Amino acid sequence: MNEIIIGKSSPCDGCPANAHLAQMGLKLDNYDRVIALAGNPNTGKSTVFNALTGLRQHTGNWPGKTVTRAEGGYEFNGVRYKLVDLPGTYSLLSASQDEEVARNFILFGQPDCTIVVTDATALERNLNLVLQVLEITDSAVVGVNLMDEARRKGLEVDTRSLARDLGVPVVPIVARSGEGMQTLLTTVADVIEGRIQTQPLRVAGTPEFQRAVLDLKAQIEALYPGVPNARWLAIRLLDGDARVQQAFLSGELADLVSGQKRAEALFSRKMAIEGRQ
Amino acid sequence: MQASITPEQILDQAEVLRPSLGSGFRDEIVQSMYAEAERVARRAVHTREERKYDLDQQIDRLITSPILGLPLMLLMLAVVFWLTIVGANVPSQILANILFGIEAWGVGLFNSIGMPWWITGFLWNGVFRGLAWVVSVMLPPMAIFFPLFTILEDLGYLPRVAFNLDWLFKKAGAHGKQSLSMAMGFGCNAAGVISTRVIDSPRERLIAILTNNFVPCNGRFPTLIMLATVFVAASFSPAVSSLVAAGSVLAVVLIGVFFTLLVSWGLSRTLLRGEASAFTLELPPYRKPNVPRILYTSLIDRTLFVLFRAIQTAAPAGAVIWILANIHLNGVSLAQHIANFLNPFGLLLGLDGVILLAYIIAIPANEIVVPTMIMVYMGTSMMADVPSYHDLYNLLVGMHGWTLLTAVNLMLFALLHNPCATTIITIYKETKSKKWATISVVITLGLAFLVTFLTASAARLMGWV
Repeated sequence: MNEIIIGKSSPCDGCPANAHLAQMGLKLDNYDRVIALAGNPNTGKSTVFNALTGLRQHTGNWPGKTVTRAEGGYEFNGVRYKLVDLPGTYSLLSASQDEEVARNFILFGQPDCTIVVTDATALERNLNLVLQVLEITDSAVVGVNLMDEARRKGLEVDTRSLARDLGVPVVPIVARSGEGMQTLLTTVADVIEGRIQTQPLRVAGTPEFQRAVLDLKAQIEALYPGVPNARWLAIRLLDGDARVQQAFLSGELADLVSGQKRAEALFSRKMAIEGRQ
Repeated sequence: MQASITPEQILDQAEVLRPSLGSGFRDEIVQSMYAEAERVARRAVHTREERKYDLDQQIDRLITSPILGLPLMLLMLAVVFWLTIVGANVPSQILANILFGIEAWGVGLFNSIGMPWWITGFLWNGVFRGLAWVVSVMLPPMAIFFPLFTILEDLGYLPRVAFNLDWLFKKAGAHGKQSLSMAMGFGCNAAGVISTRVIDSPRERLIAILTNNFVPCNGRFPTLIMLATVFVAASFSPAVSSLVAAGSVLAVVLIGVFFTLLVSWGLSRTLLRGEASAFTLELPPYRKPNVPRILYTSLIDRTLFVLFRAIQTAAPAGAVIWILANIHLNGVSLAQHIANFLNPFGLLLGLDGVILLAYIIAIPANEIVVPTMIMVYMGTSMMADVPSYHDLYNLLVGMHGWTLLTAVNLMLFALLHNPCATTIITIYKETKSKKWATISVVITLGLAFLVTFLTASAARLMGWV
């Protein structure tokens, strides 16, 4: 385990109260929290993954190069995290394999928090995915990566305005140099421990849509008390999503809800592998 | 309030509610999401100054231009090959001198302490010589080629290559992203096969998997570079020989791309019928290459990874060859027996029995074809063992009757023949089908035999050999 301190850009990063990041590579047997790493292709997701875990997941400047899901570990302020690098996707709505893997993991894998890595130079396109992730989970942090490139191109990204609009924390980062990474990790921990409350932006839709969603959501919650994000499940059912229908019929959802909070890590792995194939 | 709800009831309820939403509700959600994204982004992103022009766009206009795009790509590839060949020559020699010096020292040491000859031979002339060959022949070219390739990758050039080649693959009925998996294949065909996962359509993905082997992986590059340097370039004056060598490696790569397209075309009209699907490929911004990371990726992840794999197979292969060359039946070594048996078939292909034997021994890893060949040749002729390119030329041409045809056909065979065992296993894992794994071998080996047979016959008919 090698301990490093990365990045010293924000005033908090240099603060001694902010403890170490310890990269744990593939030591994954004991972890306290699961973090999913999502993002559009070629936003530097793998670079973030490598910086945190100390692993050398292949990085390269072309979209689509992460084709498998990678997992690694890191320890931050005494808490052990398992980081799951999902394939880069533009959306979670259609049914290509990569998108299934990412979506299934965020929903069924129940990560404690999802980091969405975005490209500061192409924010609008990236926000589509952010909004879709926020439809699925409350617990998310947006990392606006490639801030250096944006500055070079004369773009100013106001992350405070973003955070206000999206309802989740937004952290500017430069993953390649490590800038902002400490802040990102602190924020993730704060979201998980409830020190930061999120209120994700969700698409309202027409009154009929809202009524239908509410109706179905109530039924789902009655069937599975404590189900994560019944609203999203309701929307997927209304859309006729075969994978979600199957999860209802096969009892997977029932298992997920009744099941032990931790056992589903195994389950999520199975899900993601199935999604892959 | 229902007393108890079943999952079926919920699904039914969804069916009942769906018509109330209107058919386009899904599009509406997506549209409002896009509108929301636009609104949020507009509020958060401000442009400091109006840029007069976008440099990235200017470069892209040149690099992906219909006229200059392909020639520029070829030029870049040629420069990479040329730098590799020119740069690898001297370090290769130095490494070879050192390592074969160690071999001589080891043999001397073992002899002086009275080791039985067969232990000395097995360990030093067998296992160690196999290792020494692989390290001195492969390490320098890889240590130059991979960093160069990784720089191009890090810059963002690879997607542009896909963009430039898209129309060709489309004509062949294949997916444009196949050029990305093809580019990965230059590093390692097994990695190339895995990277075809970026292709969504199963049909096009299979085509990409089956044709990936037609780009020479770095296990085969040293073979190509060595042959180009020793034979093709030897026929030219020293001033231009490195250029000629780079040119011939480039030619082999182009032939590989040609066969990739040809076989893709054939497959999409026979076994895997269908139309090419459209796709959007984002051209990422050019990024300043991160030097430490490039060095790490290219030297640790790629060079050393491949080298260790080669060493792992070269050591046992060296042992096998030594045994084959030193167990004698009727006064002739086993290796020679097998080579003699394969020889008529080898000659038919413009090769010889030893080369075919080398390819059989090298099925686990292509890296060791040349070392195997050399060791069988040397084991049978007991040649002095300092393998400068000049000595190599004398050994192969002077003592074993190689011609330019042998070299050319060996390059073609190296390009086209069956994938290495790792790649075959990867194909099986990715397709979950023994059928497709077998087909991948049949196609490649069949083509390799056919093409070398045709060139050999043509050369003989024309009286070139």
